[in-house]
Amino acid sequence: MKTSLERRKVLESSINQLDRMLEIRYVEENIQKLYEDGHVRGSTHLAIGQEAISVGLASVITPKDVVTCTYRGHATALALGVSPEGVLGEICGRQIGCAGGVGGSMHLMDASVGLMPTFAIVGAGLPVAAGVALAAKLKGSKDIAVSICGDGATNIGAFHETLNMASIFKLPIVFIVENNLYGEYTRINLSTPIENLADRADSYAMRKEIVDGQDLDAVITAIKSAVAFARNGEGPTLLEMKTYRYSGHSRSDPATYRLPGELDLWKQRDPLEITAAKLIKSGIFTEAEYVAMQAEVAVRVATAVKTVLASPAPELDQIFKHVSS
Amino acid sequence: MTVMRTRQAVIAALSDEMEFDSSVFLMGEDIGLGGGPFKATEGLFEKFGPTRVIDTPISEMAFLGAGVGAAAMGMRPVVEMMFIEFIGVALDQLTTQAAFFRYLSRGAYPVPLTIRASAGAGLGFGCQHSQLLDQWFRGNSGISVVVPSSPQSMYGLLRSAIRTNDPVVVLEHKALYGERGDVVTGEAGIIPIGKAAVLKEGSDVTIVSIGRSVLTSLAAAAAQSSWSAEIIDLQTLVPWDFETVVKSVKKTGRLVVIEEGSLSGGWGSEVCTKVVSHLWGQMTTPPLRITSPDAPIPYAQNLEERYLPSVDYIGSQIQELISTGKCPAPWWEGARK
Repeated sequence: MKTSLERRKVLESSINQLDRMLEIRYVEENIQKLYEDGHVRGSTHLAIGQEAISVGLASVITPKDVVTCTYRGHATALALGVSPEGVLGEICGRQIGCAGGVGGSMHLMDASVGLMPTFAIVGAGLPVAAGVALAAKLKGSKDIAVSICGDGATNIGAFHETLNMASIFKLPIVFIVENNLYGEYTRINLSTPIENLADRADSYAMRKEIVDGQDLDAVITAIKSAVAFARNGEGPTLLEMKTYRYSGHSRSDPATYRLPGELDLWKQRDPLEITAAKLIKSGIFTEAEYVAMQAEVAVRVATAVKTVLASPAPELDQIFKHVSS
Repeated sequence: MTVMRTRQAVIAALSDEMEFDSSVFLMGEDIGLGGGPFKATEGLFEKFGPTRVIDTPISEMAFLGAGVGAAAMGMRPVVEMMFIEFIGVALDQLTTQAAFFRYLSRGAYPVPLTIRASAGAGLGFGCQHSQLLDQWFRGNSGISVVVPSSPQSMYGLLRSAIRTNDPVVVLEHKALYGERGDVVTGEAGIIPIGKAAVLKEGSDVTIVSIGRSVLTSLAAAAAQSSWSAEIIDLQTLVPWDFETVVKSVKKTGRLVVIEEGSLSGGWGSEVCTKVVSHLWGQMTTPPLRITSPDAPIPYAQNLEERYLPSVDYIGSQIQELISTGKCPAPWWEGARK
């Protein structure tokens, strides 16, 4: 099995970026099935429809850059390099899970590719990312921090406190807001008086950009410039990714609150289809190769599911490992 | 008397209290149009409208603090934390502001605020969504904490909480939301804050617990016949009912406290200390606390089941206490090496 770092390196190729987006999509779809079959406990939060953001990010930053991410983190973990076995294993509470089965769906991690344990409290990752960036600055390294949050988190105190502090400290950090239009069960216009969340940056004199989160190329371009800005010591950027989640907030949410027709409209701008169409049009990839890739990734994910279901639960002594030093 | 699920008892208590007192209103994330992730406020938005069932942004500090201010102005807000851990980002507003408002204002600004939250382990929500967290609220004077164990106590304690003229935290065990039971509604169904319930009389040992642990305690007592347990549901953790507990321990000579939380800093320490101080020399055995270990709540099912005090474990610990006269070691001593 490839290491997380090896899986990360292959994202230099645009074909592998599409492959990874497919892998995320299939893993997420399998999680829903695994839940229905009783292998997943508690809650899970799928990111189907948001794949381009995670893969775009992972294609740009280095494994030494550190990411804080939300509990909607399966896609980011896979993109950064965690294997399908590592993600699915964690969600099913198995030894081979990326946190050994003690964390679950909301707490994926892999220090080898810079993924801190994902945060199950809205907004909690932002101040921590500021600390990561501060440490990089104090050490004089060129590493940066990336903090991913949802649109709902922009109404949390920690968001505003962190943006302000990151700006006056000129921290090397990229804030990514995945604006999928719904904070838990509530549409954004009912919770937030502005449409473009990037505008929050204005209050903190921070660089900002609104990005088409369904277009992998646009995501990569925007993240590249924000990352360069941060690495050059010029300070933080707030990137608002306009996106959409095809699933409900969590596994128990059928998302009956959606505006009629909204989901269908967004599906017409599916990030996988957009990327595949571009690659095919540019001639570096054929329709037949795309079909073959889909089959290959589906087999890979199905194999991972089998491996996970055949693998053991954690040993009881894991309850006491790493509680304190 | 009506049979209802615990989550329906929440709805009934809120609805009845809102009809009883027009100053009662609800605030929280997705409690209105969404009906709450555990469906514990379902139908209230339709019944009482958007001015009394208010959906908030994901801004716990702002809406909990707004609850404090509105309460100080004579309203009776019931604020929902979707999961009790979410109160962490807003804790100042409760433990440092609301708790001391009456004191600092010399009684001019009491804070009749109720905070409801899903809490507790057992459903695989991982360590950041599974704690009971009663310890966050026990150290401040001025805040009451109640932990219902059944549809009836949910109904009765929640109505009392709303009527209390100081902040009350209601910890609603999420594993109980689906449990069914008989509920007496109306004034007769209201349970006073600070009063324990003796659920079963017995002669050999007094078992004290709260919330979901009450069900585990009842099952453990029912599963054996060599000793007879008196089972007390404390119902309120702050202030807890010393009189009822001490009266029972005087009779049985033994005190066992069952706690879902970790050993260190658990509420059982408070209960044991006070009872032993009072009954020094009159007890047959030392007091025994049966708790979870000092570790975060693990996700994997086998780990979480081992972590929490089980029916079998409670039974064997009490058996050993009675037959040896000494407190048995917890299961993890030896297991953690």
